[in-house]
Amino acid sequence: MGKAFSTPKSMSDNYTHYCPGCTHGIVHRLVAEAIDELGISGRTVGIAPVGCAVLAYNYFNFDFQEAAHGRAPAMATGIKRVRPDLIVFTYQGDGDLASIGMGEIMHAANRGEKFTVIFINNAIYGMTGGQMAPTTMPGQRATTAPLGRDSSQTGMPLRMANILGQLVTPAYITRQAVLKPQQVNKAKKAIKKAFEYQVAGKCFSFVEVISTCPTNWGLTPLDALKWAEDELLPYYELGDYKVPE
Amino acid sequence: MAKVLMKGNEAIGEAAIRAGCKNYFAYPITPQSEVAEYLVKRMPEVGGVFLQGESEVAVGYMIFGAAGCGERVMTTSSSPGISLMGEAISYISAAQVPAVFVNIMRGGPGLGGILPSQGDYFQATKGGGHGDYRLLVLAPEGVQEAVEMTMKAFSLAEKYRGPVMILGDGLIGQMMEPVEFPDDLKTEPSNKDDWATSGMDKRKSKKRNLVRSLFLDPKELNDNNLALKAKYEQMKKEEVLYEGYNTDTDYKVLIVSYGTMSRVCKTSIDYMKDQGIEVGLLRPKTLFPFPEQAVFEAATKESCKSVISIEMSMGQMVEDVERCVKGQREVEFYGECGGDIPSPEKIIQVIKELL
Repeated sequence: MGKAFSTPKSMSDNYTHYCPGCTHGIVHRLVAEAIDELGISGRTVGIAPVGCAVLAYNYFNFDFQEAAHGRAPAMATGIKRVRPDLIVFTYQGDGDLASIGMGEIMHAANRGEKFTVIFINNAIYGMTGGQMAPTTMPGQRATTAPLGRDSSQTGMPLRMANILGQLVTPAYITRQAVLKPQQVNKAKKAIKKAFEYQVAGKCFSFVEVISTCPTNWGLTPLDALKWAEDELLPYYELGDYKVPE
Repeated sequence: MAKVLMKGNEAIGEAAIRAGCKNYFAYPITPQSEVAEYLVKRMPEVGGVFLQGESEVAVGYMIFGAAGCGERVMTTSSSPGISLMGEAISYISAAQVPAVFVNIMRGGPGLGGILPSQGDYFQATKGGGHGDYRLLVLAPEGVQEAVEMTMKAFSLAEKYRGPVMILGDGLIGQMMEPVEFPDDLKTEPSNKDDWATSGMDKRKSKKRNLVRSLFLDPKELNDNNLALKAKYEQMKKEEVLYEGYNTDTDYKVLIVSYGTMSRVCKTSIDYMKDQGIEVGLLRPKTLFPFPEQAVFEAATKESCKSVISIEMSMGQMVEDVERCVKGQREVEFYGECGGDIPSPEKIIQVIKELL
């Protein structure tokens, strides 16, 4: 009988710093599996953001750079332009990518930079302790929106996959979730496809992943999964927003 | 090689290529956009990379990313753009990767003006970005020196694994002068296998590399900053460059001046020499490390009664001059910063008032 379960070779054997119930760990594993299956770890460079995933490199076994807040797509651009043979991905949260890094992600996507973005959307700032993000839902409480997000003052949540899907430049843009096993399997396929597009030198690829933050949502891990299913998925519809021809 | 007549900005672009830099990222800003306009044509000829970024902020990180994977890389900008790159320069310093930044200064603060200025001395030598770092700053006095300093900057950046800045002013970028590109300044890139994220397969060790600047453990951060400090101390020992002009005479006044301003001062010194007035000039070629000992010795020469820092600013380098003179002489200042470069006649008038 073969081995039923093992750690991807691209993952390192470290204790996690992520909170109980956080879905970062699932997405890390999916990225590592995709990289292993494509056999590209020896030429991969990951870029950690500022946010909970700033220490992502502690859980992977290949080259990593650490960006300033929001700037990961610019760093990925620099790497990919001077070393097109490398496989480059950024791993960013919603504050990093959709707030302070909006300029960098829009222009990297619009230039059709041939790297991959893994975008964790959990509708809140995690590492700084639960402040309002551009993706926070109307009425959702945050430490900087104690009465809940007031859309009349702060606008509506940004749907990054929808926005990037509007760009004319060819790209693979998709939104996935990791709240249920079926979703995890689909997200894995999407992440692998995103890397495949890059390996083929085809296009910019972007996988938004609806995730949870039980700690800052003030929910148990199970309740957090349910809340995300009920509150986030109706607004953040899953599916492909752009597929290259 | 025969001399060619080139505009400073274009010569800086060519110098980068001659030094073996094949990667250039930039954002347009007057008075240095000609570097990009030149390199967009030249880089493809040498199989290099040219990319116009969406902002100086992004460009700073394109430089960081490219440098982090071990490639020679340069950007050029002007004062307000350099302010935006200050963040990346801080990260690049902390992460210890080599990169070359060129600042062709214009007037400030704010939008200021587009004419030549030396208003970014503090920004270049005392900070610009956050945290405990210093920047190796080379200050050319003309197009030829801008070429040589640009070419040398890449090996210096690699020697110290950090950012190096060429600090010129708008006049150096805009004027044309005959230049040559010394072949011996072309260097081979250093071995970066120990730290660059060049892909594990490319390296003998097959170990992964990290380029980072987050050190949450106080000891680790302290150690990293001590390593940076050690490099800055080494720069002070090994990289100080300066020029003495008319300093073998019994001058009564010592001028300290750099860049375009120092060339005007040289003209004034020649005029005054014809009139029997000896004035010396100490021209720092590196602004950090500053020629501390040379300034002290030149200022305290027995014949020298006073020292004056002359700058195209409201008085910035003068603070370093005062620091180095250690109260042994009065240190005066003269500067203009609107963009009109002080004339030789004006400098003569200022010096005569000191005598």
